[in-house]
Order: sequence, then structure tokens, then C-alpha cells
Amino acid sequence: MSLFWPCNRHAQLLFSLSLLSTSSAFALDPSQNRQEELRNMLKHDCGSCHGLTLKGGLGPSLLAQDLVNKPDDYLLETIQNGRQGTAMPPWKPFITEQETRWFIQTLLR
Amino acid sequence: MIKHSFSCSPFSKVPLLLSLIFSQIGCTELRGTGDLGVIIEREPAAIQLINTSTNKSLSRITELGDLSHASIVYSRDARYAFIFGRDGGLTKIDLLQNKITQRIIQAGNSIGGAISQDGELIAVSNYTPGGVKIFSSDTLELIADIPALYGDNQLSKVVGLVDAPDQKFIFSLFDAGEIWVANLKNPTQVKIEKFKNIGKQPYDALLSPDGRYYIAGLFGDRGLALLDLWSPEQGVKRILPDYGKNDEKMPVYKMPHLEGWAMAGNLMFIPAVGQHEVLVVDQNTWQLVKRIPVIGQPVFVMARPDGRQIWVNFAFPDNAQVQVIDAKELQIVKSLTPGKAVLHMEFTPRGKNVWISARDDNQVIIYDTSSFKEISRLPANKPSGIFFSSRAHKMGL
Repeated sequence: MSLFWPCNRHAQLLFSLSLLSTSSAFALDPSQNRQEELRNMLKHDCGSCHGLTLKGGLGPSLLAQDLVNKPDDYLLETIQNGRQGTAMPPWKPFITEQETRWFIQTLLR
Repeated sequence: MIKHSFSCSPFSKVPLLLSLIFSQIGCTELRGTGDLGVIIEREPAAIQLINTSTNKSLSRITELGDLSHASIVYSRDARYAFIFGRDGGLTKIDLLQNKITQRIIQAGNSIGGAISQDGELIAVSNYTPGGVKIFSSDTLELIADIPALYGDNQLSKVVGLVDAPDQKFIFSLFDAGEIWVANLKNPTQVKIEKFKNIGKQPYDALLSPDGRYYIAGLFGDRGLALLDLWSPEQGVKRILPDYGKNDEKMPVYKMPHLEGWAMAGNLMFIPAVGQHEVLVVDQNTWQLVKRIPVIGQPVFVMARPDGRQIWVNFAFPDNAQVQVIDAKELQIVKSLTPGKAVLHMEFTPRGKNVWISARDDNQVIIYDTSSFKEISRLPANKPSGIFFSSRAHKMGL
């Protein structure tokens, strides 16, 4: 047992955490079809203001390099609820919070 | 009409027999351009040259950069198309030879363009660097640069660029809330008349077909900004200032377009921002005549060339549909579902047919406008804008 199971508490914790995050990633990732829809949405619907290549248009650039200083929670809030005083609308009716997290991690980072 | 001679370039040195063969397949064939047009394909970026008499695609031209939100104007002989790409690309296409004649990258991020009254100047409106650049339509050489400077040395994004009578270009400054009229009679000495405080965030504009009125839609304010070019001394007026005052504005998932002045008699039809409505305005009084309920937020509201029908497409998520308003009854007479993500509509020159792009179905669908029957369809890769050469002779398009 000890050969296969980390005995150090710290390592054990890390190991279980990694198990947790791997399994949760599987559980929370959108289906393949939905992922395609979301990619298409980013390019063409977000893209109608932010540009198909995401380098910006009426809305700001969404390129990874331009979002480094924007925390995940800020992006999540912006996508879900829009930004008052700008043209950014809330996308909550069309994309769940979990999908939005996947969207940020996979498509915007 | 253009006649190609034997000297048409690639074949000038091939033996006589070969040139005779080539001449049979097109070199000496006489062809007009009045029934030609261009479909923009967003991804992979390309254009298709099409024929609206045969409803056929003639060729595809690739390597045109980022064509999202691309638009086109035509030379006054309707032989050349000028394509304005999102990435600042400006490309001149020869419709008769199916090829690129010139291509430049003139800015980092651009949104549209126009051709001058005399056909000699091409103007491009840019987001980055904010401003308008003017090029020779013959050579695409830079002729004038108009930075959209405002406030504390800032550059504004420029939208709603149109050509106007007397060799003028008119455009709006999104960030500054201004309308500028640039007089290009002497291109080395551009004269600019600026109208300030016209309203917040003008997002697009249109010119009436007679070239008299320039109207900018305002995203950040109520109503629209109107400039009467016959009386510029009166300044820019706000029309429909009270429109939708008591309605909750819905979120906007795609900015409406004001291209194409939809008119029937004295009535003008415009998309309401953030509402499921088309607004009908009396052009004599600039008063609201009617609000026509539609199934989503309108994006394009376009009149058939005779003005009897007004065709409307919609923003996400209602973008599979198109509705048709009868300009006499002021109500919807037809709802169609051309396909997923309808982006644009273009009428054949006298309005018999309308071509509609359905981006996510990768199709362009052609309808007969009097029977509303589908008569043909063409495959296209994520099609967006459709532009026919009849635009060559219309102001403001």
C-alpha cells in the first residue's frame, strides 16, 4: 500500500486534490457539441463586436495577452451579467456559469 | 461593357492557336458587370463572385485577410470591387478577370468604406488608428489621412462613413459623439466641418438616397442624430428624442445597421435599438408614425428597390428568421426561416429576388420577393455580407 499511496500528508493532500480537479473537470466540461457551439459563439457572436480574430472592434480585444490582468471572476461577471454603461450585454440566458468558466479557461486564456 | 483583346496579359506570348482557344473560353467574350456581385465568406476568409441572372457562383478568391464585417463598394464603371476587411485590408478586385488587382493593409482595425462622387477616391473608416484614410481608386495610393482627434489628443473609432454630393465624405466618431463632413474637392487640402455633441456613441449612420440627410443612430442616447446637408448651418438635430423613454431597454446582442435607407413615400423604416420593433418615421415631420412589433431585435431593415416591401433580419438569438413588412399596410406580411444565423440580405437591382446569407448553415438562399418562394441556394463558407454591383450607382452605399 505504502508503495502506491503517498504517505506524506502534504503529498496526500495534493494527490487527492489533483484527483478531485481531474474528475471535476470531466464532470463540468461541456459536451463536445456544446464546446463547438461555444467556440462558434465566441468567433461569430462575440466576434461581431470584438472581431472574429478577437483583436477588438467596437468592443475591446479579447486576446489572451490583453486579458492577463483580468481575473477569472471579473470575466465571469462580465460575460454573465454584462457591463453597465457599455454595449456589453449579459450572456446569462445563453451560457451557464459552469460553461462560462470552461469558456474562460479554454478559449480566453 | 468591356471587350478583352488578345493582349489580355497571361496569354500575350502564347502561340496563336492557343490564344484562339483561350479566346473561346472568355478572353474575347463580351460581358457586362451589371448582374455581378460578391458574397463575403467569413471563414475561411474569401469572396465568391456571383451572377444574379444565372444565380451561379463564378469563382472564389482567397487570401484576403480577416473578412469579418467586411463590406464593399464598386467603381463607377462597376468593374472593380473594393473590399474593406476588418484587419485594415483594402483590396481591389477585377470582376471581369476574377482576380485581385491591388491589395494593401492600410490600418490595424477597420470597419467600412465609401467611394467618392467622382469615383476617384476611396475612403476607409478605421477603429485603429481611429480616423479616415483616403486612397486613389486607381492605384490605392494614400491621398489624405484624417485622424479622428478629439478631447485630450485622443483618437475616436470612426463609424457610419458615407459618400455625399459635392465630393464629400461624412462620418461619425463613436467615442467623441461627433459628425464630421470632409470636403475632398481638393484632396491635398481637405476641409472638415465638425458637428459636436451630437449624442453619445453613434454606432452607424445612413444617407438618404437623394443625398440630403445624414442620420446617425445613437447607442448611448435616445433617438437619432439628423444632419440636413441642404441646411448644415442649422446643425445636427435630435429626432425621436422621446422614443422608448418608458420602455426597458433590452440587452443588445448585435448592433443594428443603418445601411440602406428603407423608404416608402415619406416613410422611413429604422431598426429600434434594444427593442423588438421597427420604427416608422414621417420624413416631413420626423415624427414617429408607428412602432411595428417584430420577433426580435432588428439588425438590417432594408427596402426592396421599389419600396413596397421592407425586409428585416434579427440579432442573436432570433437570427434564424426574416420578416417582411408591407409598406402600405405597415404590418408584417411574411415570416421566413432561411437558416441559422441570417446575417445579410441584398436585393437584385430591380428587386425581383433577394439573396440572404445564413452563416451557420453555410448557405446563401435566394427568394423570389413576390411569391416568397425559395428559388435557389448556393453553398458558401460562413457567408456574411452580399453586395451587388448595382451599388456602383447609388449614393451612400
